[in-house]
Amino acid sequence: MADVLKRVPVREQDAKVRAGNFEEVCYGYNKEEAMEEAARCLNCKNAQCVLGCPVAINIPGFVSKVKDGDMEGAYKVIGESSALPAICGRVCPQESQCECKCIRGIKGDPVSIGKLERFVADYALENDIKPEKAKETNGHKVAVIGSGPSGLTCAGDLAKLGYEVTVFEALHELGGVLVYGIPEFRLPKEKVVKKEIEKVKELGVKFETNVVIGKSTTIDQLMEEEGFEAVFIGSGAGLPMFMGIPGETANGVFSANEYLTRSNLMKAFDVNYDTPIAAGKKVAVIGGGNVAMDAARTALRLGAEVHIVYRRSEAELPARVEEVHHAKEEGVIFNLLTNPTEILVDENGWVKGMKVIRMELGEPDASGRRRPVPIPDSEFEMELDTVIMSLGTSPNPLIASTTEGLETNRRRCIVAEEENGQTSKAAVYAGGDAVTGAATVILAMGAGKAGAKGIHEYLSGK
Amino acid sequence: MYKIVKAEQLNANIYLMVIEAPRVARHCEPGQFVIVKIDEFGERIPLTICDYDRKAGTITIVFQPVGASTTRFAALKEGDAFRDFIGPLGCPSEFVTEDIETLKEKKILFVGGGVGAAPVYPQVKWLKEHGIEADVIIGSKNKDLLILEHEMEAVSGRYFPCTDDGSYGHAGMVTTKIEALVEQGNKYDVCIAIGPMIMMKFVCLLTKKLEIPTIVSMNPIMVDGTGMCGACRLLVGGEVKFACVDGPEFDGHQVDFDNAMKRQQMYKSEEGRAMLKLQEGDTHHGGCGNCGGDN
Repeated sequence: MADVLKRVPVREQDAKVRAGNFEEVCYGYNKEEAMEEAARCLNCKNAQCVLGCPVAINIPGFVSKVKDGDMEGAYKVIGESSALPAICGRVCPQESQCECKCIRGIKGDPVSIGKLERFVADYALENDIKPEKAKETNGHKVAVIGSGPSGLTCAGDLAKLGYEVTVFEALHELGGVLVYGIPEFRLPKEKVVKKEIEKVKELGVKFETNVVIGKSTTIDQLMEEEGFEAVFIGSGAGLPMFMGIPGETANGVFSANEYLTRSNLMKAFDVNYDTPIAAGKKVAVIGGGNVAMDAARTALRLGAEVHIVYRRSEAELPARVEEVHHAKEEGVIFNLLTNPTEILVDENGWVKGMKVIRMELGEPDASGRRRPVPIPDSEFEMELDTVIMSLGTSPNPLIASTTEGLETNRRRCIVAEEENGQTSKAAVYAGGDAVTGAATVILAMGAGKAGAKGIHEYLSGK
Repeated sequence: MYKIVKAEQLNANIYLMVIEAPRVARHCEPGQFVIVKIDEFGERIPLTICDYDRKAGTITIVFQPVGASTTRFAALKEGDAFRDFIGPLGCPSEFVTEDIETLKEKKILFVGGGVGAAPVYPQVKWLKEHGIEADVIIGSKNKDLLILEHEMEAVSGRYFPCTDDGSYGHAGMVTTKIEALVEQGNKYDVCIAIGPMIMMKFVCLLTKKLEIPTIVSMNPIMVDGTGMCGACRLLVGGEVKFACVDGPEFDGHQVDFDNAMKRQQMYKSEEGRAMLKLQEGDTHHGGCGNCGGDN
């Protein structure tokens, strides 16, 4: 009998092998492993894990179905709350949402909720279990801007309620950050993202790619000329931020967005694709979030020696624990409490190194984290050919600047109510990174859900 | 898919295509650009809009094959299609939103170089349609490489072709023609220069001396073109600007051209390598530095 305090371990690709390929790192549970892990759930009446989930999945409900081997039933329970379980099972920060609330976690390991969700969702994709579709449409047309996590969730929820939904995507592929941002080895595109989007299509949602709202058409025109009665804006994060230090426009300095877009969306890592990538041999990634880990592990797979340069200590790394752990296993070097002051450039305009300074943690700042302060006279140089800036993004101005009456805040994010996504403009709702600034997939999905609820209340009360 | 309704080779290495893209054609204005992707494997290529027909729902593009994707563009024929055609992107030229009466008082000089004649054309045409005649200088290496001559002549106030080798029109660089026009007593309120970065740099150096405000259209490396990746960043007046959402047109006297030109070189070798692979086709067995074939 297995130790009930310990979670069933999940099989992974060997760190040394996977550092050289783009195949998925985690293999996930098989049916037996999933059922064994599910049996650890105490099926709490007042389940705390559900409170930790931004889309309030009935976690004990689906886990008990898994325990009984009813995977289709488990998928239906998740489907009541989430349209994208195969994605969330892979990229949600479960350790700080559902799993950290698990009663099992007090004495031992919490139940592996994320891995169980992933198993159920993959089972549904492999066995082509259809999501529950609305019986008939209600004739109301809704436009959703952006096919990332918030847009897909909002579109899926509205379609289930019978709305005629069209999603407009600016890029040539559907999925937003799920395809341009998160790498293949963490979230397979063909096997998972495409198939999960197919499920949203099966609900009756229409998709149009290559439409840049604010340019190809505007929100006002969608409503006045194309007959959409409400609009949800899920346009995502925007322009990458840079540090403002000398040398930042040198060749070999990338935003993490550019580096990842070239590799993920444009598939530059595959020689059959035209898009090039100057992958680098000695790479520093500046920042400590999930995007920084993704960029670092991508550069590693493209053959580079990779350093994470982060100004605070390991405890403050904003990235998921699992991503940091995987990055270390694969050989990413962590230069913590280190901050760049200048990028050194050769005579041809290429990066040749970076000047950095050692930091120490002082008093807590506004974010509650201890503020990093430079240690005097501790500057040193790192020899590099590539620097990837992963410092977050500021919202894309295209929609706000072309939609009259749409209020933005001082950080240029769209202002929207948290509980229903309502913006300052009638019939226009918003959620995800466009509202919050860069955050997680699941928070964007939660906002997509709230937006769908807001739009439904608005249109059904009309 | 976006159908090619016309495909024409203008000269040895410049091609013109008319593409069905109704959403773009309805909303575009002079100064804006599109992103074109040939198929699943292609790169996202930014191209300035050369002309548009709102009724027919078509956009005209002009391009010169420089990398693997654009070389494959050139092989497409009428009736073929592009997988993706995105736009209009970037901001329209400033004059589009200017008060038309104020604009009519202005004397405008356009300077186009090489394939840069293509984005100049819709601007001059727009002005002509609004009753404004601009002077237009178009430069090229020789007569054979001049494009859109008849079209440009039809919409310009005065049209001045220039060739480096003197085979046609004014003999010499476009800058020498600007100098000549100013010496003859012509006064210009604004100059709009579009062409290779090196040309725009030298036009700006001259017009700064001549005190003619100058607008340039920048064509840096781009990936998404919608304000996401930051590849197209430029230094304008010491500040970082993104060509795709802040531009592509900027005050030429504020642009750091030397930095922009260095950045444009970034993928020269990678582009060259992709090209090599394309030319060698199935016979390609390494040597490109990309595929690891001979490691």
